Amino acid sequence: MGRYVLRRTAQAAVALLGVSIVVFALIHLVPGDPVRPALGTRFDQELYETLIARAGLDQPLLLQYWNWLTSALTGDLGVSFRTGQPVTGALLQRLPATMLLAFAALLVGLLIALPAGIVSAVRQGRPVDYAASSFSQIGVSVPDFWFGLLLILVFARSLGWLPPSGYVSPLEDPVEAIRRLILPATTAGVVTGAILTRFVRSSVLEAMGAEHVRLARAKGMPERYILRHHVLRNAWIPVVTITGLQLATLLGGIVVVEVVFAWPGIGRLALDAVVRRDYPVLQGAVLLIATGFLLINLLVDLLYARLDPRITTS
Amino acid sequence: MSGAPEPTPEHDDSTDAEVVLSVRDLEVSFGTKRGRAEVVRGLDYDLHRGETLAIVGESGSGKSVSTLALTKLIPIPPGRGTGTAHLGDTDLISLSEAELVHVRGQRIGFVFQDPMTSLNPVHTIGRQLTEGMRHHLGLSEAAARDRAVELLAKVGIPSPEDRLGDYPHQFSGGMRQRVVIAIGLSCDPEVLIADEATTALDVTTQAQIIDLIAELQADLGMAVVWITHDLGVVAGIADRVLVMYAGEVVEQADAPELLSRPRHPYTVGLLASLPVLGDTERGDLAAIPGLPPPPTSLPPGCGFYPRCSFRSDERCATERPPLREVVAGHLVRSFYEVPEEQSRRASAATRIAIEPPDVRDEGVA
Repeated sequence: MGRYVLRRTAQAAVALLGVSIVVFALIHLVPGDPVRPALGTRFDQELYETLIARAGLDQPLLLQYWNWLTSALTGDLGVSFRTGQPVTGALLQRLPATMLLAFAALLVGLLIALPAGIVSAVRQGRPVDYAASSFSQIGVSVPDFWFGLLLILVFARSLGWLPPSGYVSPLEDPVEAIRRLILPATTAGVVTGAILTRFVRSSVLEAMGAEHVRLARAKGMPERYILRHHVLRNAWIPVVTITGLQLATLLGGIVVVEVVFAWPGIGRLALDAVVRRDYPVLQGAVLLIATGFLLINLLVDLLYARLDPRITTS
Repeated sequence: MSGAPEPTPEHDDSTDAEVVLSVRDLEVSFGTKRGRAEVVRGLDYDLHRGETLAIVGESGSGKSVSTLALTKLIPIPPGRGTGTAHLGDTDLISLSEAELVHVRGQRIGFVFQDPMTSLNPVHTIGRQLTEGMRHHLGLSEAAARDRAVELLAKVGIPSPEDRLGDYPHQFSGGMRQRVVIAIGLSCDPEVLIADEATTALDVTTQAQIIDLIAELQADLGMAVVWITHDLGVVAGIADRVLVMYAGEVVEQADAPELLSRPRHPYTVGLLASLPVLGDTERGDLAAIPGLPPPPTSLPPGCGFYPRCSFRSDERCATERPPLREVVAGHLVRSFYEVPEEQSRRASAATRIAIEPPDVRDEGVA
């Protein structure tokens, strides 16, 4: 097991290196630079060249990358072109908000998907199955910005039950933090739940059709027992994978939800960085998101080994 | 059902033991988009203590469904079983799902076809072996464990104590089937149903599994129903044989009688189609032309009529033949019998094909 973790960590490191190269290349391949728009109408060639040189953008690309990489390895991701603040600090400051929202959304998603998926598989072809399928279909089709706005309109504007937007750290005021979390987490969670419902349903259905389930029935085990110990136990394996992928997606990609709810997360930071060509921030944000992705995948694989004895013992 | 009275099968003198399972007029049908599919059409048989009954037929003949239906193990909801099936004093067909849970695994054990898929890959062998015993017999974990070790030893798994914690993928196919058999036997069932239990195994392993079940049967005295399409299995262990075609019994007799003097055209065709090692005289392998009729549109007369090469009676096309007792204990669903000469020829080939000298003894581990 230790060797397995070690090997997977090494693989993850190589993948991260690849990600950093690709992101770096993409950023610099796009025409334009961060200085020109910052100067705006007061364009001055001399000033422009000074600023470019100060940002190190006049150096050869390989050297730029090398400089970035060596300092990144020490945890220094450079300073933002826009604010002049260290990127590492900015990311770490935003990370808790993103993680809180991502995990809360995943929780909402699982609370929807597990019961809905299991029930619709067990009652396949019955009304409850159609209801779950319809929910799933609607959930994946509805745009999240629209759904978010709808929730704000109903629960914040009309009913006034919850604050419409903003983030409060749970360390400062846990109650207010949760109140602010509910709407964005529901918005992102419903979509996640809709996607997961389908996977839960299909993997439970597949597990129910297994020959060993028939043998368990032939053994005279009660249906509830069979569902718990033979069907669900086996259905979890694919569900864990897709849940991991969903969490990774939530960590990196709920930009829209963050914007709608004025949530100070990584996604919004990255979006701003793209718009303003803030290379160091963008590079750092992508690296962080990729790290999260790889870390979650590693966790999923380790969880796999626990769920499926064939992986570790064969 | 045709108007012809169905004779009740009499058990013959050689098996004078008590009847453990008595099936009468069992019918199974499914609602399908193309109408009602009659998969089993009036099945009657008695199974005696210690007896091995082979139910033979090709895919779709209703052989598996007829036994699965006894404990409502057919997953398709619109499946409907009628008739009676008395296991001791209990009519299985009238039992509710909750009552059947105490029959399955406890009074009737099952062994399925493919040991590679019939064990749960994520649970240990020990767990899969003990869960039924704990549920049915109320054994403690330790007691169930002890019995599991005993059972594994009985089915020929070496150092069973060490294997309880292993997972199915750590066993070979033959060993897995032994585990499945141990599961089937774990609650001392009155009847063991082996549904194509050797089909997925290689030939040597097949012989081992067949011998194992025969030994266990002699040891424990349970009755065994072998569902198979393999006449080699039949010759090896069956006391009596039911040949099924299109959902009904076409021939039923003691195994030696049926194999030496088959009387139904279908049985004769089955026997004649067995490959014989080293037989160069027969030329191409004989095959029965055509396909079995779909259960949604069965022919009005004999189910085998469209494929029959012996048909000689005009009633064959229009009237369902009755099951007639032609010799004591030998029932045939036909208006006539296959002439003795052809019957003997098919059977002679069979004897060579299914009983090659010495092979079976070598197969035993």
